[in-house]
This record gives sequence, C-alpha cells and structure tokens, in this order.
Amino acid sequence: MEFLGLINYWIVIVLMMTGFYIVIAHDNLVKKIVGLNIFQVSVFVFYITMAKVEGGTAPILAEGITTYSNPLPHVLILTAIVVGVATTALGLALVVRIRDAYGTIEDDELENQEGES
Amino acid sequence: MAALFSSHLPALQVVLALLAAPLCVMLRRPNAAWFIATAVTWALLAIAVVLLGRVLDIGTITYALGNWPAPWGIEYRIDLANAFVLVLVTLIGSVVIPYARASIAAEVEEPRIYLFYCMYLLNLAGLLGIAITGDVFNLFVFLEISSLSSYVMISLSRDRRALVAAYRYLIMGTIGATFYIIGVGMMYQVTGTLNMVNLATLIPDLVDNRTVMVALAFLSVGLCLKLALFPLHMWLPNAYTYAPSAVSAFLAATGTKVAVYALARILFTVFGGSSLIDDFGLQEILVTFAVLAMIGGSAVAVYESNVKRLLAYSSVAQIGYMILGLSMASVIGMTAGLVHLFNHALMKGGLFMVMGCVFFRLSSVQVEDMDGLAKRMPLTMAAFVAGGFGLIGMPLTAGFISKWYLIQAALEKGWWAAVAAILISSLLAVIYVWRVVEAAYFKPPPKGAAEVGEAPLSMLVPMWVMIGMSYYFGIDATLTLDIATGAAETLLGGVQ
Repeated sequence: MEFLGLINYWIVIVLMMTGFYIVIAHDNLVKKIVGLNIFQVSVFVFYITMAKVEGGTAPILAEGITTYSNPLPHVLILTAIVVGVATTALGLALVVRIRDAYGTIEDDELENQEGES
Repeated sequence: MAALFSSHLPALQVVLALLAAPLCVMLRRPNAAWFIATAVTWALLAIAVVLLGRVLDIGTITYALGNWPAPWGIEYRIDLANAFVLVLVTLIGSVVIPYARASIAAEVEEPRIYLFYCMYLLNLAGLLGIAITGDVFNLFVFLEISSLSSYVMISLSRDRRALVAAYRYLIMGTIGATFYIIGVGMMYQVTGTLNMVNLATLIPDLVDNRTVMVALAFLSVGLCLKLALFPLHMWLPNAYTYAPSAVSAFLAATGTKVAVYALARILFTVFGGSSLIDDFGLQEILVTFAVLAMIGGSAVAVYESNVKRLLAYSSVAQIGYMILGLSMASVIGMTAGLVHLFNHALMKGGLFMVMGCVFFRLSSVQVEDMDGLAKRMPLTMAAFVAGGFGLIGMPLTAGFISKWYLIQAALEKGWWAAVAAILISSLLAVIYVWRVVEAAYFKPPPKGAAEVGEAPLSMLVPMWVMIGMSYYFGIDATLTLDIATGAAETLLGGVQ
C-alpha cells in the first residue's frame, strides 16, 4: 500500500504544518519556541527517512553486510540537531530576559507595552 | 612554512575567526578582546585581498577541506564572486572594529563587552564561511553561525526593546534556515550530492522532477527571509533600530549582503543550467517584490522619526535594487546588483556609524532631537549629508554608479516600470535624507539643549573612512565594476 509505504513522509508533513502553525498562531513566546522545535524535528525525520535503504543495516564494515542505509543524512542531521539546540537555548535565554524586562511573555502584551514606550 | 601557510589560506579565512572567538571569552577583558578582534579582522582582510589577487591571476581556486576530494568532502571554491564578497565583508569588518571600541563601551553594559567581540568574530566566521563554501549543507551551518551570533549581538543593547527585536529575528531567521535545509534535503534526495558544482551538472536533467521544483521554492523563500526581501522583511527594522550602533552598522553592511550572494549562488550556479527558473516564473516574482520593496521601503522611511529605523527601511528599499539587478539574469543587471551590494554596504555602514556618533553624544536618534545639531557636531552631520547623497544616487557618489548601471540594465530589457520605480524610490530618498538635513542644518537648536561636542576621534575616523570609500568608488569605479562584471559572468556561467 502506497500510503503505508510513505507513512514517514506523511508524519513529516503533519509535524511540519503543526509546528509552523504553532509558531504563527501562538502569542506565548515559549510556545512559539516549542512550535519551532516541532517544525525543526519534522525536518530531522525527513532526512533520516530518506536515508533508509530497505533491508539495509547500519553502515558497519563487517562480513556478510552488503546493503546498508546511507549514513550521510544522519551525519548532516546531527549537525542540524546541534544548531537546533543552540537556537532553542538562545531563544529561551531571550525569553527569560524579556520576562525580566517586561514582566510578561505574551506577544500582544509586549506589543501594547512597546506602543507606550 | 610560508608555502604551507599560503596553500591553506582558504581554510584560514574562516578558521582564524572561529578560533579567536573563544579566546575573547577566556580573556574576558574588554581591551584584550578588542585587540584580538581587531588583529584577526585585519589579518582576514589581508587574506581576502591575497585570495582575490590570486583569483584574478590564475582563476578559480578549489580547496578540499581535510583533503577529502570534492563530491564527497566539503569543497571551498573561490571564484571572482566569492572573492568579491570575502573582500567586502572583511573590509567592512576592518573599518567597523576600531569604531566599535568606544561605541560598544558606551552602548553595552561593561560585563558584557567581551561577549560582543566574541560574537562579532563568530559572525564574521559565519559570513565568510557562507561566501567561501562550495557545499550547500555547509552553507546552512555557516548561515546559522552568523545568524545566531547576530541575534546575540542585537540583544546586547541596553534598550529592552532590543530583546524583543532579537527574539522576533530569531523566530523568522530560524524559519528561513529550516526552509533552506528542507530544500537542501530534497535536492540531496534526488541527486545524492551536496556539492554545488556537482548539483549544477545534475539538475538540468531533472527539470521535470517535482521534488527539485519544490526544493527550489523552499530554497528561494528561505534565503529571501534571511536577506529581508519585501514582504519577508518584518524582522529587519526593529533589529537594526534597537541593536547597538556598531552592530547595526556591521550587520546592515554585511549580513543581508551575504544572503543576497547566497541567493544568487543558488539560483544561478546551482539552478542556472536548468530552465526551472523560467518555468517557475521566479524572475517575475522576484522583480515584483523588488519593485514593491524599493517603493514601499522608501515610502515608509519618509514617515519615520527614528533615524536608525529610517535607515533600516531605506535598507529594505536598497535590497530591492540588488534583487532587481540579480533577477534580470543578464550580465549588466547582475553587475549592477553586485556593485550596488558593495556600494550600499559602504554607504549604509557609514550612515549607521554616523547615527552611532550621534547616539554617543545625544543618547537619542530621533529627528526632533537633532535640531541644530550641525553646529555642535559639524563633522558628524557632514558625513550624514555625504552618505545621504550616496543613498539618493547623486553623481560622484558610489550610489550613482550602481543606479546608473541598474537603469541601463533595465532599459536593455525594456522594463520601463522598473526604471520608473528606481527614479521614484530615489526621489523618496531625497525626502527622507532631507528631513534629517533640514533638522540638523536649518533649525535652531532648542533652548536648553545639552552642550555636546564631536564624538571621539576613534569613531570619527572610521566613519569618514567608510564614507570616503563610498566616494572613492564613486569617482573611480573601474576596480569594482571590473571585478563585479567578472563575478557576474562567473555566476551566470550556467545560463549562457
């Protein structure tokens, strides 16, 4: 069945749209970061899915192993995960300082305060 | 030893700044960090100039990172287009860094100053990495190094609004970067390679492949977010307004410019050989947004009373000029875009430095507070007038050269609407520059105005060097034009 064969890609798209929607629709700055994370994770799943070779194992040089999954996207996504962690850490650090400075982490309240100052 | 050093210059161009950044954190003393940043930036400028000379002499340089040969390993590939951007970024960095010392000391809290220099070096490493690499995934990594460090630099300001600006930039920037890796992943899925040259040879056979088309869409939108093309520019005005002045000057002159280069690289080197860009109508889309940016950005700038924000909206308009030039996909159009990229970096960098000097003395960059300022800070305001002429595009300034070429390129294509847009946008520039000039030169200083003098020499000199260069390249433009024409031909190599 084609739908089941492509199930990972469907998951990628659902996650991607969910994450993107949260970033756009939510006013809470922490929730926006959560959305951003879901959005990024969907890309990680996408890369890992495309690396999979049917019947393949881990790419280890050993006797009897002929087919193995493509390791390069895994490596790429390790890098992207590091970038994602750095972004999340920095984003949350900014949220902490925004709360110190404004006393709120709701986007609409921040906008009100900025309009006054 | 010297030979070894010289053969590894492409790697050193990036690694030097990357290694120096943690050194600043370990030393923690602002002066020591400043000294390291200055020494490294100037060394990087020297390397970039040597590389440019070598490219002019012997043509494209390739460098296999870690000695892994090209399609498998990461390749640094320096042709005229890269070398041009490398020189631009290091040149701006070298002029901004002496200026930054006094400006940053005044605008950033003392315990955080060393962090600025660390982030500045990381940002430089990221920007140079984007420019030098020949690998699409490596480009993403450097894009994020430079973006993450810019978010931090913006948030270092004492103004609390900088925090919100940095946060919004982070959200938008990350969405842009994620779009970019989605595109890269799709290209890899179809072609099995990440090397730009290799991709350029494989993609022309895959024009009917839906995945490649979607990849192009994701890549273009992602990069347009990073380079703040209207209507994806929403992060830019606040980020540049509330960032410390030295940061605004540096980012306005380099950050978006490097992203413009990256877009040109992807569109014309990677996808240049295929007919995809025409099939998509991407040219029409980019031209439409470029024209809207030129008129919209300038029109908003006219009504801004915060001069840094005014300059930021003017940047949105000027990015429109560059994208207009690129999207013509002709040698003369691309040349105009690249020359404008260089010239605008000098002018806008200089103008943000002027505002840094004003802020240093007045602690404000509102037009109302600048009444009669020309009497008190004559050198600073004269620099604003000189830089403003460049934005308008008066003859003798660098801005004139690029607009002249842009109009010629548009006429060659018969795009009369674009020509009209360039002229309207320039007229609007006259208005927004005039508002500041009027306040500074023709209004009496308000009663009880603080007695302020000029900014310190360490800020005035770099500011005038920057403005002076924009005139030098306006009067004698052969150097920039020759290199930009060569770069345009290299970039368009796939098209013709």
